[in-house]
Amino acid sequence: MSINPAWYLSLSVVLFAIGALGVLVRRNVLIMFMCVELMLNAANLAFVSFARQLHDIGGQVLVFFVLVVAAAEVVVGLGIVVAIFRRRASTNADDLHLMKG
Amino acid sequence: MTALLGVVVTTARPTLPDIGVFAVAAAIILAGAIGVVVARNPVHSALMLVMTLFGVAVLFVLQQANFLAAVQVIVYAGAIVVLFLFVIMFLGVDREEDVGAERLRGQRPLAVALVLLGTTGLLLLGQASRWTTGQPHVAGLDTGAPNVNLIGKSLYTTYLFPFEATSALLIIAVVGAVVLARRPPAATSSSQVAEADAATPEDLAAPADGEGGAAPAEAPVGDRAESSVTGSSAGAAAGTSGDGEAAAGEVGG
Repeated sequence: MSINPAWYLSLSVVLFAIGALGVLVRRNVLIMFMCVELMLNAANLAFVSFARQLHDIGGQVLVFFVLVVAAAEVVVGLGIVVAIFRRRASTNADDLHLMKG
Repeated sequence: MTALLGVVVTTARPTLPDIGVFAVAAAIILAGAIGVVVARNPVHSALMLVMTLFGVAVLFVLQQANFLAAVQVIVYAGAIVVLFLFVIMFLGVDREEDVGAERLRGQRPLAVALVLLGTTGLLLLGQASRWTTGQPHVAGLDTGAPNVNLIGKSLYTTYLFPFEATSALLIIAVVGAVVLARRPPAATSSSQVAEADAATPEDLAAPADGEGGAAPAEAPVGDRAESSVTGSSAGAAAGTSGDGEAAAGEVGG
């Protein structure tokens, strides 16, 4: 009938790993943000997979909440990036090692 | 009933179209994800992210989460990635960057090793134990009701409080974005006061200067009031008040 949920979970693990690798390796704040989105998507995929496996709609509702939180996070995060860029004209995370503005 | 990767499978064998769709979508997702990480240009990263998001939406459809697939395309690809692209182009960082430079020595090999370790550990953990336990819950997926109905019902009954909290979160995010985007009020620090004192003659002509320096806390209100007073008391053309506002804005910046 349908694909084995283990495949979805494996794909989710790999996607999360790629996102985590991106956050660790890349130094551009914007790309680090995108990698965080990748990780959130991996979690969403796992949620939907579990919802299907357990016949529970709660997993899909949680994905909905994750979407909302991701949207809020991106809005505030990009606002911070713009505010920092005004001061330092850089989106490199290594340049932002001071708490001082 | 087979146990692959810790998941006990009770469903029948997957059909060929299902396998094909899953394989293509997984390939798209992984290619997009790798593209996000390795692309030199942030714009390319954002476009690769769209690719990944579409692949995930396809997998949502494959798992009968139709509503979420639509929301995924609309909210993620339609809103979030567009916001990313807007900020990239607004800041003007849409050019190639040097990915080779490494500030912390050994950071990259360490990151790759850690991620590989975590991934294999997780997969082995799944192999060793069961990932899914517990009984099927109420409001199942296979009741025949449309997906949207099920989600809506669950959202407004079981998850009503989190849903309300979500609305509060969105409001806070909007307020936070506005606060972050706002320019700091005039003369909050001594350096800005000095800057305002040493300003150009147009700036000095603006009456907001003295007010801003004397009462820092009420500077924005003072600015607004002063510029409106300028506009009305001068009684001149709109150019006068426009100048006053522009000067006040410069002081604010």
